[in-house]
Formats: sequence, C-alpha cells, structure tokens
Amino acid sequence: MRSAWSASGASPGDYIALLKSRVMSLVVFTGLAGVLVAPGAIHPVLAAVAVLCIAVGAGASGAINMWYDRDIDAIMNRTRGRPIPTGRVAPGDALGFGVVLATASVAIMGLAVNFAATALLAAAVLFYVFVYTMWLKRRTPQNIVIGGAAGAFPPMIGWAAVTGGVSVESLLLFALIFFWTPPHFWALALYSRGDYEKAGVPMLPVVAGKAETKKQMLLYTVLLVPLSVAPAWLGFAGWIYGVGALLLGLTFCAAAISVLLETDRSAKRMFGFSIFYLFALFAMLVADASPGMAG
Amino acid sequence: MAPKLMMADVMTDDKEDRRYPSETHRRQRGKNLAMLVVLVGLVVLFYVVAIVRMGGN
Repeated sequence: MRSAWSASGASPGDYIALLKSRVMSLVVFTGLAGVLVAPGAIHPVLAAVAVLCIAVGAGASGAINMWYDRDIDAIMNRTRGRPIPTGRVAPGDALGFGVVLATASVAIMGLAVNFAATALLAAAVLFYVFVYTMWLKRRTPQNIVIGGAAGAFPPMIGWAAVTGGVSVESLLLFALIFFWTPPHFWALALYSRGDYEKAGVPMLPVVAGKAETKKQMLLYTVLLVPLSVAPAWLGFAGWIYGVGALLLGLTFCAAAISVLLETDRSAKRMFGFSIFYLFALFAMLVADASPGMAG
Repeated sequence: MAPKLMMADVMTDDKEDRRYPSETHRRQRGKNLAMLVVLVGLVVLFYVVAIVRMGGN
C-alpha cells in the first residue's frame, strides 16, 4: 500500500532500514576477517575505520539498490515491507542517502587507510550498483553468479587495508565467497520462486526450472570443498582449519544433495546453513590466524 | 492550589505542542539529532585518524 511520498515522515530508523543490516553483518564479518588474517600490522584504529568504511559502503549499495528496485520490491512479498514501497522514505531521499554514504565511505577509506583498499571498496560499490543491480539482475539468470562478486570484495578490502595490495591469498578469500554466493541465493530463490516470477526477475529457478537449479547448486558446493581447504594447502591456515573446512564443505554438499532429492523445505534449510557455513569458515580462519593457534 | 497546578500542566502541554506541533515535526527533530550525532562522530573520527597517522610518521 503506498502513501504519498513524504520525506519529512521518515524516521532515522527508516533510513537505517535502507542499509540492509542483515547483509551488512556478513560483509562486516568477512571484511574484519580479511583484516585479521592478512600478514602484517595495522593500527587498531585504522583497522576499525577500514571495517566501518566497508560496512557503510555495503549499506550505501543496499540503499541505492532499494531505490532502483523499488518497483519490484513493491511486488514481492519478501520485500514489500521495505521503506520505499511502504512510502516511509521518498525514492529521491533514499538515492541521495545512498550516494552520500557511498562517497563518504570511499573518501574516508582513502584518507585513513590506503589507495588499494579505497580502490577495491569503490570497485565493489560500483560493481554492485551498476553491474548487478542496474544491468544483470533483470536480464540474465547468471545475475547472481557474476553480480555476487560484489559481496566477495570485503575480505579482499580488509586484506588490502593491512598489506596495501592484492595477493593470491586474498584472491582465494574472494573466490570462497564468489563460489558460495550462487548456491546461497539459489536456495533462497527456490523457495521464493513465485515471488521472483511475479516480479519478472530472471532467477535461475524461474528461467531454467528447479531441477537445473538444484544441479548447479550441487556443482558449486562441490567446487567449494577444495577451495575452502586451499588456505591450508597454501600455508596461511593450519591443519585444524583444513579439517574443519573439509567437514563444513562436505556438510554443505550433503545439504545440496538433500535439496536435489527432496522438497523445497530442504532449500530453506540449505539457505540457513549456507549463512552458518560462511560465518563458520571465516571464523575458523580468524581463529587459526590468532597468536598461539598455529595448527 | 489545585487550579494553579492544573494551569501549569496545561501551560507545559501547550509549550510542547507549540514546539512540536505534529508527528512530522517530532520525526524531523529525531532526524536532526541523528544528523548531529553523525557530524560530531565524523569530527571525532577525523581527529583521531589524524592523530594516529601523524603518530605513525
């Protein structure tokens, strides 16, 4: 139900709701993990500023996404309660809010940290807004595969904040989230298929059907197993992490097989597990990198 | 005594209503306070970062 746009009717909480705080928490955690796992030292204040900038940049991207997708958000059950479709925040205000936050986060990262982290943060925001939101999301079922790269930047940004650059290890952290993103979002799309279909978003289950989507989800989870163990092979994580990552990866594969064989309820369970999987994987990396925890 | 107290209450309510005549004004005040917090926070942030970076040199 829409009411007349009224910028003055919005409360601070409505603007905070634009930032997609649940997505932000994952971004913050993986960004922080990148800072903690990277070799070298950074002043704790600058590390905190870097993580704050990553969080604000991610939130800004979310706000701009909500501005652009306000038409389909109003149609989908999952998103119709958002601030713009409900009329709590005017579209122009949401866009301005997002743009100001994005600019500020990149500027502050540049002033406080270093060029590499700043460039990566800017790239992540621009990629999410222009490549995923405005270009791919409504045009191709591979939207989340390519566009999901935006969500894979945070650990690389955290790493770059410490080391001043990109390395094989930070690219591996990027790859972990990149290959995690499709099964995560397709699990959501499987049990929200009707919603995406109504809104005309070409998610894979809508375009190619459930069977093909489930097969591809399994493929990505299988690919994740060696990727997740690779930090132990490369030597920047210990064997305890390696074993834990292997067990988590095999459990993720089992969840994907369950989705392949069973009903949509399995998809909901897999979606929930995928969030736990990523948190647990990065938590183990951080624990492994802590002093006295060399495995 | 009782009428005097009631008058004071009414005068306070009137004052509040004049300052914040509507829900819109109350929300705007909330946003103004949030903006103040953000601006002060930015000032503190820039100050602290400047001190840290100067200390590194």
